[in-house]
Amino acid sequence: MAEVEEGCELFSAGHRACGGCGPALAARLLLKATGKNVILVASTGCMEVFSTPYPETAWGVPWIHSLFENAAAVASGIEASLKRQGRSEKVVCVCGDGATFDIGVLCISGAFERGHDITYICYDNEAYMNTGIQRSAATPYGASTTTSPAGACSLGNPHPKKDMPGILAAHGAPYVATASIAYPNDFVQKVERAINTPGPCYIQVHTPCCTGWGFESGETLAMAKLAIETGLWVNYEMVNGQVQKAKKVRRKPVEEYLAKQKRFRHLFKPARRDDVIANIQAVADANAERFSIDIKPKESSE
Amino acid sequence: MLEFMEGSHAVAEIVKRCRPQVIAAYPITPQTHIVEDLAQMVANCEIDAEYITVESEFSALSACLGASAAGSRVYSATTSQGLALMFEVCFNAAGMRQPIVMTIANRSLGAPLSIWNDQQDSISLRDSGWLQYYAEDNQEAADLHMIAYRVCEDHDILLPAFVCFDGFILTHTYEPVALPSQEEVDAYLPAFTPYQRLDAEAPLSMGMYATPEYYMEFRYEIDRAMHRSKQAFIKAGREFGEQFGRDYSALVEGYRLEDADTALVAMGSICGTVKDAIDEMREHGRKVGLLKIRTYRPFPAQEIADALKGVSTVAVLDKNISLGNGGAVGTEVKSALYGSGVAVYDYIIALGGRDVRKRDIAAVVDLAEKGKGDMFYGLRTEVL
Repeated sequence: MAEVEEGCELFSAGHRACGGCGPALAARLLLKATGKNVILVASTGCMEVFSTPYPETAWGVPWIHSLFENAAAVASGIEASLKRQGRSEKVVCVCGDGATFDIGVLCISGAFERGHDITYICYDNEAYMNTGIQRSAATPYGASTTTSPAGACSLGNPHPKKDMPGILAAHGAPYVATASIAYPNDFVQKVERAINTPGPCYIQVHTPCCTGWGFESGETLAMAKLAIETGLWVNYEMVNGQVQKAKKVRRKPVEEYLAKQKRFRHLFKPARRDDVIANIQAVADANAERFSIDIKPKESSE
Repeated sequence: MLEFMEGSHAVAEIVKRCRPQVIAAYPITPQTHIVEDLAQMVANCEIDAEYITVESEFSALSACLGASAAGSRVYSATTSQGLALMFEVCFNAAGMRQPIVMTIANRSLGAPLSIWNDQQDSISLRDSGWLQYYAEDNQEAADLHMIAYRVCEDHDILLPAFVCFDGFILTHTYEPVALPSQEEVDAYLPAFTPYQRLDAEAPLSMGMYATPEYYMEFRYEIDRAMHRSKQAFIKAGREFGEQFGRDYSALVEGYRLEDADTALVAMGSICGTVKDAIDEMREHGRKVGLLKIRTYRPFPAQEIADALKGVSTVAVLDKNISLGNGGAVGTEVKSALYGSGVAVYDYIIALGGRDVRKRDIAAVVDLAEKGKGDMFYGLRTEVL
């Protein structure tokens, strides 16, 4: 953060993201953490499209986009090239959840197994938003999307969210973290730690999408915060595979989070689906158990 | 000095002398000996390169693209299924104007699975924006790599290139090859100077998306660069000849064509067999010649039309099939000769490694002179 001059934004205003876009905020925060000495590698997706319609670009740092699924492989090549040239730029991938959880897994697995000195940021808005809100492996259980629609015989997405941080930690990644745009300083600090940790590091940042999730554009940060407060999103760090720090909360019922989003509306209207809501509460409870996030009586936050 | 060596080894030795800074490759038969040799050279500190042992061909070319964009000379090699897996990256690398050189050890595509030679793999990527050069023998395969780097990295061209040589028939065959020294290669091929690169000192965005207002112009520019590369190849080939004594200034090369009535047209190692067959037919008084296509992309249509001006019959040997429409080379030769009055016949031959002998070439000439063609040659009708 120190490298960036006061008042200087490396991610420019005037891009074409929706009002209230979570990923756009993540991009801005990301560059505050990296400063100028970085090369960004993007995958095809919302952020790529809203930031670089030729001949305009929002990026004040070197940026490359090749394909949907190959950012980690492109980054591998860039890192190798920089190493050979003795250059100091940090190589950072910034890719959506579809590119990360689904179509790009092969390239990511290869890059992490080979131990390239790269940081991979997944901005997780929990579906394929650029193509019109289709389900990805990051879509939470019970969410209605255009390819997992709720219906008379469908509760929405029937599958749990894939544990991508766990998968990458299992590759031996020295630093894996989750973050949320609702906690910008935490996200920035995690990016700083990741880019300064040798080897492949992974950060998954929760970036609510008002268009895809169905909430008012002024509510993006509130929604991100509620995800944390309900235990449906946990901010944690894994160092050499061990969970070291998870943000503690006084948990609210998941219903408070679900009821505010159109993607979960079918759980309340026309009839309440207490069974599905209970299953989602169980996901939050399991998170709380796994990461010990519940603040016990007389214990203060963090 | 000529040295007796395997084709793959000759290519690896030349690639080493071209000084790639990043190599990314995934093993696939019959390309393996090239990438094994290069890995050993890196392990022995004979090449000052990063060697990325990627998890797939898709990542091999993606890594090359990234390294090239960051300012390094890069190299990869593949074939067949591996090239098919790269399909998406191939179009992308050309569109992003990265001067990547990649060897194709030509092999058929499944199904059915076959590890043996034809040219279906690279020809299937004819529309991808990669230059495509085909070698007749191992000397030419080695030499074309130096020429390919010269052409690709020319700031007026900036396109990637396949250097194609036939799997097993050349890759695993020992032939005498003249290997230039490192100093000689350095004198011919200057150090890589990227036109643009990813650099924190001078930030730029690469690989942006284009709306309908811009997309066509990007494609037009690639096509123009393809056409300009003909002159760049001729120049690089001529200068190669001046330095090394082997001239590659021609996009197409005739053999005993001067007074020929019937011309065969072919690419790659089959040309050697065709030349021997022509010599035998000539002894029997038959006026037969060969036109070898060295650069399939850009397609030398005018050069082909000029070279075949005097013949009455043309027989194209196609080691590929555009299923439902005949061979790709034949189709394009017909287009090049449209309106000339020359009778052009196409023969699908030697798919999946089926051997071609001199008598097969003579049989094709017989068929063409009888006006029979546009067919598969050498089918085993008993198994159909």
